[in-house]
Amino acid sequence: MKIDHSQPLEYSTEQNRLNILGFWIFLGAEIMLFATLFASYFTLVDRTGDGPAGARIFEITPVLAETFLLLTSSFVIGLGIHAMRLGHKKAMLTFFVITLLLGLGFLGFEITEFITYYHEGATLQTSAFTSVLFTTLGTHGAHVTLGLFWGTFIVLQVKKRGLTPETANKSFIFSLYWHFLDIVWIFIFTFIYMKGMT
Amino acid sequence: MGFFTRFLIPNPSPVIYTSMVAIGITILLIVFGLTHFKKWFYLWSGWLTTVDHKRIGIMYLIAALLMLFRGGVDAVMMRAQLAIPDNKLLDSQHYNEIFSTHGVVMILFMAMPYIMALMNFVVPLQIGARDVAFPRLNAISFWLFFMGAMLFNISFVIGGSPDAGWSSYFPLAGNEFSPHVGTNYYMIAIQIAGIGTLMTGINFMTTILKMRAPGMKLMRMPMFTWASLVTSVIIIFAFPVLTVALIMGTMDRLFATKFFAMTDGGMDMLWANLFWVWGHPEVYILILPAFGLFSEIIPTFSRRNLYGYRSMVASMVFISIYSFFVWTHHFFTMGQAAYVNSIFSITTMVIAIPTGIKIFNWLFTMWRGRIRFTVPMLYSIGFIPLFTIGGVTGVMLAMSAADYQYHNTMFLVAHFHNVIIPGVVFAVLGAATYYWPKMFGFMLNERLGKWAFWFLTIGFCLAFFPMYITGLDGQARRIYTYSESTGFGPWNMVTFIGTVLMAISFFLIVYTVYYSIRHAPKDVGDDPWDARSLEWATHNPVPEYNFAIIPQVSSREAFWDAKYKGHELFKGDYEKIHMPNNSGGPFIMSCIFFVFGFALVFSIWFLAIMGLIGIFVCMALRSFEIDHGRYISVEEIKETEAKYGGVNK
Ligand code: HEM
Ligand SMILES: [Cu+2]
Repeated sequence: MKIDHSQPLEYSTEQNRLNILGFWIFLGAEIMLFATLFASYFTLVDRTGDGPAGARIFEITPVLAETFLLLTSSFVIGLGIHAMRLGHKKAMLTFFVITLLLGLGFLGFEITEFITYYHEGATLQTSAFTSVLFTTLGTHGAHVTLGLFWGTFIVLQVKKRGLTPETANKSFIFSLYWHFLDIVWIFIFTFIYMKGMT
Repeated sequence: MGFFTRFLIPNPSPVIYTSMVAIGITILLIVFGLTHFKKWFYLWSGWLTTVDHKRIGIMYLIAALLMLFRGGVDAVMMRAQLAIPDNKLLDSQHYNEIFSTHGVVMILFMAMPYIMALMNFVVPLQIGARDVAFPRLNAISFWLFFMGAMLFNISFVIGGSPDAGWSSYFPLAGNEFSPHVGTNYYMIAIQIAGIGTLMTGINFMTTILKMRAPGMKLMRMPMFTWASLVTSVIIIFAFPVLTVALIMGTMDRLFATKFFAMTDGGMDMLWANLFWVWGHPEVYILILPAFGLFSEIIPTFSRRNLYGYRSMVASMVFISIYSFFVWTHHFFTMGQAAYVNSIFSITTMVIAIPTGIKIFNWLFTMWRGRIRFTVPMLYSIGFIPLFTIGGVTGVMLAMSAADYQYHNTMFLVAHFHNVIIPGVVFAVLGAATYYWPKMFGFMLNERLGKWAFWFLTIGFCLAFFPMYITGLDGQARRIYTYSESTGFGPWNMVTFIGTVLMAISFFLIVYTVYYSIRHAPKDVGDDPWDARSLEWATHNPVPEYNFAIIPQVSSREAFWDAKYKGHELFKGDYEKIHMPNNSGGPFIMSCIFFVFGFALVFSIWFLAIMGLIGIFVCMALRSFEIDHGRYISVEEIKETEAKYGGVNK
């Protein structure tokens, strides 16, 4: 394994560079996945059957809280990567842990939000609208959940093995993933919640 | 419902019982054989855990041939049923199940893996690489595909097969009209295989972009590599759409969501749209690599370089983008506005133009060439006129007003078989013959191969040309019988005869392999066809590290120029070679996927949750694993190369 010291650690080996490019391509596929969900959402948004429409069930407070938590987490993981580039393992780990806690907070809010919807009579089965709503939000939420596990693994690995080309590579890729989820959320916030509440 | 009754076949028949017994016996024989010849370890360490792109390619090839057999049996049964009017061989339910599984098996589990086989085997060699970018992921891709295919295939003995067509339109595919588990199999098995395909797309795009030999600029890549790159891009953009559609379909069936339902705002046409937004690019995912393979074979056997390299590349890129803007042509009759139909009519017809350009390029390549009529070349020459007919009938179908006449008749069936068989099947059969010595170190018997070719081609013409006629006369597809007064009888009999010829050609191909294993000479040299691109610059069969020294490329036809223009490919000395380690992870994880999928099909929630946890545990273990690969020492390389007679210089 040749290590190229002129590059940041996460780019320093051939395999690392491949991993990063491959992950970008994977994110391309993820964009298509969410694009399809959004397209379906727009198609079905007015097909509420006997169930409630978005305007009736959406509430601004939890959504703003979720948005705040996730956007902040995305910022914090950026700090984490910055710390990693400077070689500050401790600081990096702190930022990563904060990121994950914020993500956990996001997930908590989202779950309570889902429970509220359920009590207001909007379940997965109520109408085509609620089906696609829960599926779109749920796909994003499932990504966040997976990210929490993945991020935890990475924190453990960095803690134990230090900043090596491999762990730096994984951390960097994880940060790409996390930013991506943030961007998807911005779309959800704008086109599902904001548009749905007006 | 008792726990076990759910596994029963809803519509059993003697055929199904016979195949149950046959499957049981085959499994016993395999287990017995492996034990008797003490091959379990070999199987595990040599194949099930391999991450070598060449071995993965060969496994794809074997799987594809098995599925070709399975899909072929379906085809023969269907055509036997239709051979005479008012036939009672199959009832409508069985006929429905058979045409549904035939379509899925042939497209997703035969044509796709066949293409994947060749991409896996050839692309890294063509670009002078030692493996793909992510060898472990590549193994996952294969095993997910394989487990998906197996899950789909057990449907007919456990629980019942899907019966809503390979396009599985809702509401027909919903619980109300397809109450048994067949369509669950469809949704879940294709999902599992599809994830594998998506990973392949990512893997090959990365590989081709990043791992080419020094000097191989994009515009020096062999055409098959170009095709694989373009195909990978289409896969990356198209398969996620399928993923979402299948998730929705699964949820509609298992959790009573309302995506495609007839009530509560559901929209059945959403399925049709999503399916074809994936489905049309999918047909190009199949045909572009096929075009790439013909573009390798035709120059080799015409002894001329490929005519119009740039326009070949340009037309593929154009097709790849355009293929996303024609999907509506699959349901012109389903009620969208006339102007929508008109737009999609035009986009569909336009896509024929780049295809036409390619046809002319192949013709010009052959023009004044010194053509050798080998088996791969015969397939290529047969492809050109037959595929053109398929393209022309495609343009006929593309006229939306006229399509009201053709849609869902045998005319349509004839069209797509006319592009898929001479296009995709000819390409993979020809290419498998062409690359056979690369894979196994001996050639397939040419004489037998030619017999197979002629049986296939004549069989094809007999089988599908009559369908154009009966289709225009109104014989509908997917209908299990017709009355004598329609006059379709004789034509369908001709079709049946053609089908039998094609079946014979399949057995001839299998026999060719058997015969050649026994009788073909085992040393054919490294370049038996006098070929042109890099994959022929290494040995037959290829050593595990592919190239002892990474080649240096300075022109488009690197190997040809090395042979005849004195370019030097291999400079420098041996260095130790880094290789990835084998791993049981991909196989084990995919087995768990199988269990997970099976549990979902039958709504056995406990098992499904266990399966899901198992999958996550595999991923977690992989995350913590430390694996730096291994090195092949210079001594080992020297030894191997000496055995082959040294690096080709
Ligand atoms: C010249 C280019 C082509 C044109 C203009 C064209 C046009 C069409 C049209 C309009 C239909 C829908 C007809 C209907 O449902 O009534 C169709 C169906 C189909 N085409 Fe093509 N096609 C072309 C090439 C291909 C190629 C290269 C392939 C595959 C390798 C292909 C595979 C199919 C399949 C599988 C279907 C039918 C699917 C089904 O309904 O089950 N076509 N084509
Ligand atoms: Cu199409």
